[in-house]
Amino acid sequence: MSEEKKGYQLRIVTPERVFYEGEVEMVEFNTTEGQIGVLPGHIPMTVIVKPGILTITEAEETKEAALHAGFAEILPDKITILAEIVEWPDEIDEERAELALQRARERIANRESQTDLAKVETALQRAIARIEVLK
Amino acid sequence: MASMRDIKRRRSSIQSTQQITKAMKLVSTVKLQRARAGAERSKSYFHCMFDTMNSILARVGYVDHKYLKPGETGKKAVILISSNRGLAGGYNNNVAKLITRHETWKKEDLAIYAIGNKGREILSRADYEIREQLPEVMEAPTYADAMFLTERLLKSFEAGEISEIWLAYTAFKNTVSHIPTLMKLLPVDRPEPKDIDGDGIPDEVFEGGAPMNFEPADEEALDLIIPKYVSSLIYGGLVEALASENGARMQAMDNATNNAAELIDDLELLYNRARQGSITQELTEIIAGANAIQ
Repeated sequence: MSEEKKGYQLRIVTPERVFYEGEVEMVEFNTTEGQIGVLPGHIPMTVIVKPGILTITEAEETKEAALHAGFAEILPDKITILAEIVEWPDEIDEERAELALQRARERIANRESQTDLAKVETALQRAIARIEVLK
Repeated sequence: MASMRDIKRRRSSIQSTQQITKAMKLVSTVKLQRARAGAERSKSYFHCMFDTMNSILARVGYVDHKYLKPGETGKKAVILISSNRGLAGGYNNNVAKLITRHETWKKEDLAIYAIGNKGREILSRADYEIREQLPEVMEAPTYADAMFLTERLLKSFEAGEISEIWLAYTAFKNTVSHIPTLMKLLPVDRPEPKDIDGDGIPDEVFEGGAPMNFEPADEEALDLIIPKYVSSLIYGGLVEALASENGARMQAMDNATNNAAELIDDLELLYNRARQGSITQELTEIIAGANAIQ
């Protein structure tokens, strides 16, 4: 391996399909510990995904997708993201996302004792991620 | 000897049955191809899942984690994946036998979560407790179905209502070989490497040289990853079972079509013999009649 590695292998797999596979320069996404951006040569690490925007920087272009759940295994020369839910912008239904956002906000605003706050928050984050990616 | 008309009627009835079985075979062939493609698409996900799971478990050593030790109270939960429709040969019976013929399990200690109607029917006839039934899942299994079931199972597990979680499904080796498989989902067995399709993919997680780091820390990571691991196993079971079901049905219908062809051949022979017999008889009668006139 040469000293100046510019890219590494990114693989995003979901239970239903291989979502993305290719050589990338950087990948950014949201984790339980906060936003991270991964460059080549990262130390081996496993992180848990939180809903957010996934940005894939390839040599020529940048791609975005909404990544909602799963975990990522980071190695110096490759990253594997095991995603339970991940969508390209053209797969997102904007109206549904807006509705989900409203619903989640309402639930948080008038929450009751039995409201599962963690669940509603995840729903809210998902809706936000979907809408952000569409912009 | 049966009359010519009877034989003819039987033959045409078998012929129409043969047409049905032939059509069903073609349908299940198409469905099998689709199901198999689905199972293969999901495979890479499961391999990554096992590898990661194994490397995590290898690293954490002994931790007192709720998902890693058996519950003290409650029954064993068994998820039974069978089909909604019959005419699939021994498919449903074979997978149900894993439970009914199990060496150490007792009927009273089990709670069945039945996916697919046929398996549920077999077990409820044998007086097993069917705790939940989800027949519609089998029509088109999705990962969301597996997540939904996992969530409920884990809740019961944490509440101490169930002590172990097992999965009974039919593993898909290839078109003709399907193996009923019983697999333990929870508590997770540590040293034994998990391998859903039995082809022994070795661990390659540490190929980067340095040991794996976890964020958040190991135990928290387990909290989050084990549910994903369980649902991925259930989903894997579902898609493989679907492929196996269609494979089994295709085989059963192929056999039925062949048997029908054999029967038709036999009847054809019988029919010709009966026809020959009746001609001979008529001739004998005419000759005898002619002789009587002379």
